Amino acid sequence: MPLEELILKFQKKDEKAFEHLYDMYSDSMLGAIYNIVRDHDVAQEVMQDVFIKAWHKSDTYSSKKGRFFTWMLNIARNAAIDKTRSKDFKTSKQNLNADFFVGILESEDNLDNKTDAIGIAKFVKKLAKKCIEVIELLYFKGYTQTEASEALDMPIGTIKTRNRNCIKELRNMVVK
Amino acid sequence: MDIKAYIESGILELYVAGALSEEENKDVYALMQQHPEILQEVLDIEAAVVELTASVSPGTDDGAFENIKQSLSLDSKDTSKVVSLAKPKYNWITYTGWAASIILALGLFWTINKNDELKSDIQISKTQQSLLETQIEHSKQSLGEAKTLISVLRDNNITQVPLAGQGNFENTYAKVYWDKSSQRIFLDVLGLPDPPVGKVYQVWSLKLSPLTPTSLGTIDDFMTDDNKIFEIENANHSEAFGITLEPAGGSESPTMEQLYTLGVVTSS
Repeated sequence: MPLEELILKFQKKDEKAFEHLYDMYSDSMLGAIYNIVRDHDVAQEVMQDVFIKAWHKSDTYSSKKGRFFTWMLNIARNAAIDKTRSKDFKTSKQNLNADFFVGILESEDNLDNKTDAIGIAKFVKKLAKKCIEVIELLYFKGYTQTEASEALDMPIGTIKTRNRNCIKELRNMVVK
Repeated sequence: MDIKAYIESGILELYVAGALSEEENKDVYALMQQHPEILQEVLDIEAAVVELTASVSPGTDDGAFENIKQSLSLDSKDTSKVVSLAKPKYNWITYTGWAASIILALGLFWTINKNDELKSDIQISKTQQSLLETQIEHSKQSLGEAKTLISVLRDNNITQVPLAGQGNFENTYAKVYWDKSSQRIFLDVLGLPDPPVGKVYQVWSLKLSPLTPTSLGTIDDFMTDDNKIFEIENANHSEAFGITLEPAGGSESPTMEQLYTLGVVTSS
């Protein structure tokens, strides 16, 4: 079934389509959330909330505004950030570091967890430092191009081409 | 437009990241619809980012999707179970509801009927009551009349004058009870036949020497009176009383051929 059709059915509250989309994107959302909250249980909880939220506000999505994956990713990042700002989270989790997403891949217990992720994780770890920075801000933190340009102190044009090259590198890795 | 240069600009990567403005997003979407190469590029980038983000996932919990469905009250797997539980409940409520409405409707109908019946009963009772009241009134009146008669009959001052049948009317009779103090007579004419149509009985007071009749009036309601006793004013010093049959309205002087009864006052 084409993605467009799947999304339309999901918007008409079709459970099968919903489950299909969950299978496609739940790991990505969990990854993005986990990178922000850095707690297994909290990440699971937020990820479930994100899909519940997506179900309820499915009619606010329009393909003209962007990709469905991007829409979901945006909900996930916002929910995760909201969680880190909540009272109970602040008291229990003070040790959030500025560690980039690759830090997760370097910790062993995480790699035990997912065998099929080890493949790509191996490649992701090989990405250049400058790629890791820009990918972290644009995809994991949800920075706009302007925000990323300010954070990394480089022109927007440079951000765009650098990001393009980094993703291209990643694609080459994945394709293999 | 140089599609290749557009793709190489890196804008599509930012598009997938959600890092573009709303306006830019619309532009990219429009170009994607026009140029399959751009669409394909977006799909490839997206696939890579999906993999990238999933690579740091600690792995979703088993049953996470079940939790989500429970929170949303969706339960496709347990549908049969839910239906089998829910249906009898639904039917029970429905049937009870219908039964209650029917009973209520019947009850209401019965009450309305009963109410009408009672109203009609009340009407009947009222009619009967007024009938009885009329009868009581009649009885009171009759009793009053009877008492008056009795008092008249027992009164020593009352002079009784029997009127005997005359000539052809030998078998008729009448009686006068004369209450001189109140100048009235009570005339009992039960012994007279009903007068023919167009005729009335006329009562006369008579002086005997010379014979002078004075009319005391006609008995117009002879037919309808029950006890045939009539109270008549009489201020005369009567020496005899007679009753004749006269044309309706009465006559100046008695028609002697039609003299029914006559009686002389014996004591004065």
